[in-house]
Amino acid sequence: MNKSSRDVMTFKGGIHPADSGKVLSENRPTLTAPLLERYQVLLCENVGKPPKPVVNVGDQVGKYQLIAAADGFVSANLHAPTSGKVVKIGEVPGPMGIPAPAIEIEADGEDRAAELFPPLNWETADPKELVKRIADCGLVGMGGASFPSHVKLSPPPDKKVDTLILNGAECEPFLTADHRLMLERPRDVITGARIMARILNVANINIGIEINKRDAVESLETLAEGTNVKIIPLKVRYPQGSEKHLIQAIAGREVPSGGLPADAGCVVQNVATAAACTDAVMKGLPLVERIVTVTGEIVCRPGNWKLRIGTPLLEALRLAGGVTEEPGKILFGGPMMGFAQRSLGVPIAKNTSGILLLTREEALRHRATSCIRCGRCVQGCPMHLSSCLLATAIENGRWDLAQQNHVMDCIECGSCAYVCPAHRPLVQLMRSAKMELRKRKK
Amino acid sequence: MDIMLGTVAVDWKLVAAAVALMAGGGLLLGLIIGVVARCFRVVGDSRVDLVTELLPGANCGGCGKAGCRDFAKSVVSGENPPGKCPVSTREQVSAIALALGVEVGEIVPKKAVVRCSGNLFTSDRVAYYKGINKCSSAMLVGGGPKLCRYGCLGMGDCARKCPFGAIEIINNLAVIHEELCIGCGRCAAVCPRGVIAIVPAAAHVHVFCNSPEKGAQKRQVCRSACLGCGKCVRKDPEKFELTAGLAKVKYDAAELPDMETIEAVGCPTGALATTERHRLAAKKEAAVK
Repeated sequence: MNKSSRDVMTFKGGIHPADSGKVLSENRPTLTAPLLERYQVLLCENVGKPPKPVVNVGDQVGKYQLIAAADGFVSANLHAPTSGKVVKIGEVPGPMGIPAPAIEIEADGEDRAAELFPPLNWETADPKELVKRIADCGLVGMGGASFPSHVKLSPPPDKKVDTLILNGAECEPFLTADHRLMLERPRDVITGARIMARILNVANINIGIEINKRDAVESLETLAEGTNVKIIPLKVRYPQGSEKHLIQAIAGREVPSGGLPADAGCVVQNVATAAACTDAVMKGLPLVERIVTVTGEIVCRPGNWKLRIGTPLLEALRLAGGVTEEPGKILFGGPMMGFAQRSLGVPIAKNTSGILLLTREEALRHRATSCIRCGRCVQGCPMHLSSCLLATAIENGRWDLAQQNHVMDCIECGSCAYVCPAHRPLVQLMRSAKMELRKRKK
Repeated sequence: MDIMLGTVAVDWKLVAAAVALMAGGGLLLGLIIGVVARCFRVVGDSRVDLVTELLPGANCGGCGKAGCRDFAKSVVSGENPPGKCPVSTREQVSAIALALGVEVGEIVPKKAVVRCSGNLFTSDRVAYYKGINKCSSAMLVGGGPKLCRYGCLGMGDCARKCPFGAIEIINNLAVIHEELCIGCGRCAAVCPRGVIAIVPAAAHVHVFCNSPEKGAQKRQVCRSACLGCGKCVRKDPEKFELTAGLAKVKYDAAELPDMETIEAVGCPTGALATTERHRLAAKKEAAVK
């Protein structure tokens, strides 16, 4: 089959954001950020229980040294991004707007590495040992949710997992961090995929990539030849990178309502997590840095940087040369699902894939008017919900109706609010209903 | 068949049969309903209806029951004394007690207090919030636009919930109209920041601040916060207490503070005030600007 005319897979629903903005940063090679004086490593960055600090104020730590240990199974280790002294264990501005606990490390400038884990040969090592290594190195899902990777890689025995999917879709406009990673470290991505497949004991490995990253598709395809790794080109459509929709597009299965990907026999991991997995297993390196896209129309030098975890937002902006005008909004993540930040001191975490600066015009919020029942939100909803009806129910406090109409299945992708001609704040309504229903369940 | 009515042949027998069938069927079904209604009649307690009549019918839930009828049932069954209704006046409660022949029960009138005085002009904001105009929705966006994490967000979730219209939003601050508030606690339940407290109605002086942060930190974000200086506690340790940088009125003390106490203490930020002063302060700032 001809490459240009082959079928590309996708899912039903979703939207096509007009200008993806990826052109700003996709052709700029990743640069390594210089060493900073201070790093603030957030403790609460992963889903699940925050890890417990194992260092005290005044302690000397080496780079890659464990500074906070996982507290329970669904929790991830944290490591020092550089060598230096622990100066503070306390609150710093958090990415969710509220102060969050963090460990502050003052760098000594030597960047001296502590003792690393011994490299493992993944092809012969015991899968249990590999999972332990991934847990030791503090790997979390780097696509956004930052779910501890070792938990995902140990599905319950009653769930039969037969497919591993790597998420290279990067469907959020503006972000190019995963794209650059796939271009610059394709070998590590594929090795990481094979390590995870060995852990899960699956033969079916798929890497899904949206076709606007044709160069990444091609480079990975050349490397994957002769292995059991399949590269799946996907249609450019938001939210292609959502776990559930990736499974739908690649495996043709649907994750049941309220279920996990394991219920559909799949495990989905981000490509950046796969590369970090290779580092952890083959070099014994804990996760202390990641590629972050710093972008926006008003950023002087938009691009991708390899930043250490705990780099404050302000320092990342400095690397990008600052801004040409005052931004209207600063987001962590992409424009669709990113979180607006209220302080320049917020440190980046393991799941921060991008820093996006919007101009005042871009951040402008139109006045919401009444629903005209055009149904565009229903067409755009990838979860097939009736967003407009849900919104009306929620506005009137009818939580029972909202629940009956499956508001809990909403993935908060923002497709409905994007297409709404009445500019209704649909995602916020869904979120408030989900919050209320969760509160009532307790 | 001819469409014109005059030429249509009418089968009178058929018409009579139809009428008889409908009438007979109706009569039969009516009879069944009548018999069932007689045999399976649920005998209601007429006292419940009586008490429901005597209650104010606000359905506020201040008594802890689902509504006035539910409360009436609990009064009749002896679970609650009639005095537990916060809305009824003493006379109304006595009427119920008299009708049922029970004790009035202890009446402790309550009212709500918004423990925050950070209005649009005295407290600082960190972001422009343009989303849904509800406190609960604003809390979802980075914890709300206010720099103080404990203060009133002023979008009126409580005012919308109040069955008595006792809450007014003045310059982004909820203030209580004491004469209308009966202390049912619906506002306190709905406030996402937990700013509203239910206190004895006899108390007229309160500390209008809810932030347990250090005084210096509070001062940076709000000019009307309680700094935790302890001036009031030193002046009158019987009436005030200091916990974690926040002065509190001892509501269970024998003597409650009044206007004179406020004058004597001289709170540096004006966080110690009466509800009326609290309301007027929010308005005064508007006049200045």
